Amino acid sequence: MAAPQDARVAVLGAGMHAWGKWGRPFAEYGLAAARDALDDAGLGWRDVQYVSGADTIRNGYPGFVAGATFAQALGWTGVPVSSVYAACASGAVAIANARAQILAGLCDVALVVGADTTPKGFFAPVGGERKDDPDWLRFRLLGATNPTYFALYARRRMDRFGATEEDFAQVKVKNARHGLANPKARYRKEVTVAEVLGSPMVADPLRLLEICATSDGGAALVLSSMDFARRRAGGSTPLVTVDAVSTVTPTFPNAVIEMPNFATDSAAAVEPAPGFRPSIAAAAYAQAGIGPEDVSLAEVYDLSSALELDWYEDIGLCGEGEAEKLLRDGVTALGGRVPVNPSGGLSCFGEAIPAQAIAQVCECVWQLRGSATGRQVEGATVAVTANQGLFGHGSSVLLRR
Amino acid sequence: MAQTRVPAVEGWFTTGEDGTGPALLGSRCAGCGTFAFPAESAFCRNPDCASTSFETVPLSTRGRIWSYTDARYQPPDPYVAADPYEPFCLAAVELAAEKLVVMGQMVGGVTVDDLTVGDEVELVVDTLYAEGECDYLVWKWRPVGAGPVTPGWEG
Repeated sequence: MAAPQDARVAVLGAGMHAWGKWGRPFAEYGLAAARDALDDAGLGWRDVQYVSGADTIRNGYPGFVAGATFAQALGWTGVPVSSVYAACASGAVAIANARAQILAGLCDVALVVGADTTPKGFFAPVGGERKDDPDWLRFRLLGATNPTYFALYARRRMDRFGATEEDFAQVKVKNARHGLANPKARYRKEVTVAEVLGSPMVADPLRLLEICATSDGGAALVLSSMDFARRRAGGSTPLVTVDAVSTVTPTFPNAVIEMPNFATDSAAAVEPAPGFRPSIAAAAYAQAGIGPEDVSLAEVYDLSSALELDWYEDIGLCGEGEAEKLLRDGVTALGGRVPVNPSGGLSCFGEAIPAQAIAQVCECVWQLRGSATGRQVEGATVAVTANQGLFGHGSSVLLRR
Repeated sequence: MAQTRVPAVEGWFTTGEDGTGPALLGSRCAGCGTFAFPAESAFCRNPDCASTSFETVPLSTRGRIWSYTDARYQPPDPYVAADPYEPFCLAAVELAAEKLVVMGQMVGGVTVDDLTVGDEVELVVDTLYAEGECDYLVWKWRPVGAGPVTPGWEG
């Protein structure tokens, strides 16, 4: 498979509706984020030649056809749309679709939008009696919520690498501090280790303050061809490019139990494959021809505080079992060598599923432009995002300025 | 009056009431020997195997804990919780012969303080919830060496 000579696309605009629990229809958040991104790009809605929507499955039919829903909200112009669902990775797949359209020369300017309105409490499966749906069955037969899976990984880290409850709490403390000045974050409050460890245990060893909430929110990007961006160059804002997008799936046999499954693959006939999570960013690095040593900052999916430590290793910031040391040495805090989740991460945002992978990219764009007020990673040149959606969806975007 | 015992899901496990003991029912691919749980009937997950022939097999009834946790808060519907809610433990258990990890609740009365990664556990069948005159059954894990925690699991 030949790599395109220049597989970059330009990010002309990034926009977000603040995360929260606003209780409004998701399309309103997407619309606000889209207008924000278009303003940021200095473009109008009629300049958009393609709309790529990331779907939400808890908001009825408009959620399943999110691309069309956003296009209608902006006003039908005849623009082609697509709508994709890939669980937590939906936003990255929406970016991948827009990028492919641009790289194929089918359009110059594409708008990517994702937004969600979420119910309170644990994520539950979609309603109805669905005995052939593993996502329904895991709740029914096991009472296995999303934090169940996060907790299995966390306990495993403690057993294999000597991670402590205090390490997990320190991740939360770090991210809470990062998000303090982020106007788009839902939670902007400093916490102490004692407060984290004093919060109720939800799924041992994970506590309430260490598990990501469900949020309302919306995020959008305006992407363009490099030619289009060059023709418009000349402003004072540095041009940020998307250099790689990874949407890989696992390789059989996957030896890690993944949400919403009851069991792993069997390795009885074939030796276990390298892990799925490490393959996600690796594919992005390979596309861009750079490595983790080039990264200035990362936005990773901290569904739990403990999971952030897994990501340090999975995106190559350190070797297996070394994440706790990286955290304890302050390497991943603002001011450290490679800050992780300078936005505050899911810890400060909560999860708005189809918007989240897009929001990760928005933060990288602002960091690379040097406009992330109050949380700026000084001199950032390369940023990577990483995320995993259930049912085997990898997501990683590599950006550069 | 005795409750009627009904599996909460069809075809995923045997209750062992015929004296053979309970077991999870998985599939074994006739082409490459890959196991799957729940059983596959249409395709093999091995990308290099095109077999469409599978035999249903009981899986190992003992394994070692890969990881574990608990559920301190009541899971949402469609979980049918006891009233009042009683927290329970869950374990992901590694089966050596099948080389796979399978999840299950731990039997009642077990707390996370009783568990360690690597502990040996065995499969039992236990009531998941009761509704009307039926006890709906599911597989659970029990520490090896523990007495019968819930009556009737052996049928």
